[in-house]
Amino acid sequence: MQDQDFILQSRGLSVYYDSTKAVTDVDLDVARNRITSIIGPSGCGKSTLLRCFNRMNDLIPSARVEGQVLFDGLDLYGHDVDPTEIRYEIGMVFQRPNPFPKSIYDNVAFGPRINGFQGDIDEIVERSLVRAALWDEVKDRLKSSALSLSGGQQQRLCIARALAVEPRVILMDEPCSALDPIATLAIEELMRELSEDYSIIIVTHNMQQAARVSHYTAFLMVEEARIGFLVEFGESRQLFTNPKDERTEAYITGRFG
Amino acid sequence: MVRADFDRSLEELQGDLVGLGEMVEKAILKSMDALERRDLTVAYEVITEDEEINEKRFELEEKCIDLIATQQPLAVDLRTLLAVLHIAVELERMGDYAEGIGKICMIIGDDEEALAPLQLPQMAEKGIAMLRGSLKSLVERDTDLANDVWDSDDGVDALYDEVCHQIFLDMGENPKAIEASTHFLWVAHDLERIADRATNIAERVIFMVTGKVGRYTPPDKGNSG
Repeated sequence: MQDQDFILQSRGLSVYYDSTKAVTDVDLDVARNRITSIIGPSGCGKSTLLRCFNRMNDLIPSARVEGQVLFDGLDLYGHDVDPTEIRYEIGMVFQRPNPFPKSIYDNVAFGPRINGFQGDIDEIVERSLVRAALWDEVKDRLKSSALSLSGGQQQRLCIARALAVEPRVILMDEPCSALDPIATLAIEELMRELSEDYSIIIVTHNMQQAARVSHYTAFLMVEEARIGFLVEFGESRQLFTNPKDERTEAYITGRFG
Repeated sequence: MVRADFDRSLEELQGDLVGLGEMVEKAILKSMDALERRDLTVAYEVITEDEEINEKRFELEEKCIDLIATQQPLAVDLRTLLAVLHIAVELERMGDYAEGIGKICMIIGDDEEALAPLQLPQMAEKGIAMLRGSLKSLVERDTDLANDVWDSDDGVDALYDEVCHQIFLDMGENPKAIEASTHFLWVAHDLERIADRATNIAERVIFMVTGKVGRYTPPDKGNSG
């Protein structure tokens, strides 16, 4: 990797659901202010791996994490780490847009309010919506229900909501899979812009998307004996034109299995 | 289109490319035959048949564009389609050189005094062998063979230097031969370029197979330079 400045690093990371290992021994370096894609077939542990990076797996009772995740050198799974605080620093955007059934304004203001923010909420709401490239479309109807927005707008609202608490990392779990191509391109452009200030990890089934937007790509695979192991990780440009591992080649050209 | 159909399309594309190569080979052979026998009918055929080569190239290009648009190829598929696009252009240009030789034949006419240098048929023979080798390396994904084609270019360059030297000497000794010699110089140039284009094809085959541009060095010999 060209970048040597990593914001997140996993070391020997494995995740179990009860006795089933869903992610196996993953070492991954996530570069600061870059977009890192995780690709791989269904059931290869992509989303499980993603959720390790902000301890979302803690919310699944059967899940157990082994190994280490370092966030700017801090052990994310250390005893004194509050997972709720971590989730402000490392925000998440999901597959389906999930705005709260509240106004556009209240969706963005939600995080800062429950954080007890005392400053100018209007300013945070506007800044977040501008950053999420949604401001111009909603500035005249901030009090309208978030559910009145289109799918693509809702997803950008969810991104704005994540940005409002000033995260450093944004995790995106197939953020465009429920969107049409135009809305998808808008999100992809937004991701590129955001990557100047934020580090982004995206799980995607769309390889063209990974090739288009991400600087780095990790390919995870599943075999009979092993689930969720890292096959290849490198610059997207290289991985999609000339992968080093023949299993990556087989997967991205559709010759898999 | 499912993967099997895509594979079939890629195979067809390769077959088309080999077909185009055969058309070009035939054009080169005919142009040299026309030059040797001063046969203007054959020379004229080479000139008119070049249009078919051009059309075939555009046909191939269209098929590549269709596959790129519909399959959004990655990795070796992407490199294969890019290689086919490049190679089709190289072949079409080789056809143009054969056409150029045909045109020179028309200019020289039936002037039997004008004696073509002996190196010209040798250059053509080597160029055709390189063309065949480059397409065989494509079909067989054979980087060693592609390297051989690459290396053969030096032999054609040496013959070209030789023929130029010879022609310049002839021009000095016999000013009446200057016009005919100039034409032969052009033929030599066309043949030299044909060999260069075959080298380009070999280069594209290496790119297609390895993803690297340039003469292929096997990994175990990589450290030697």
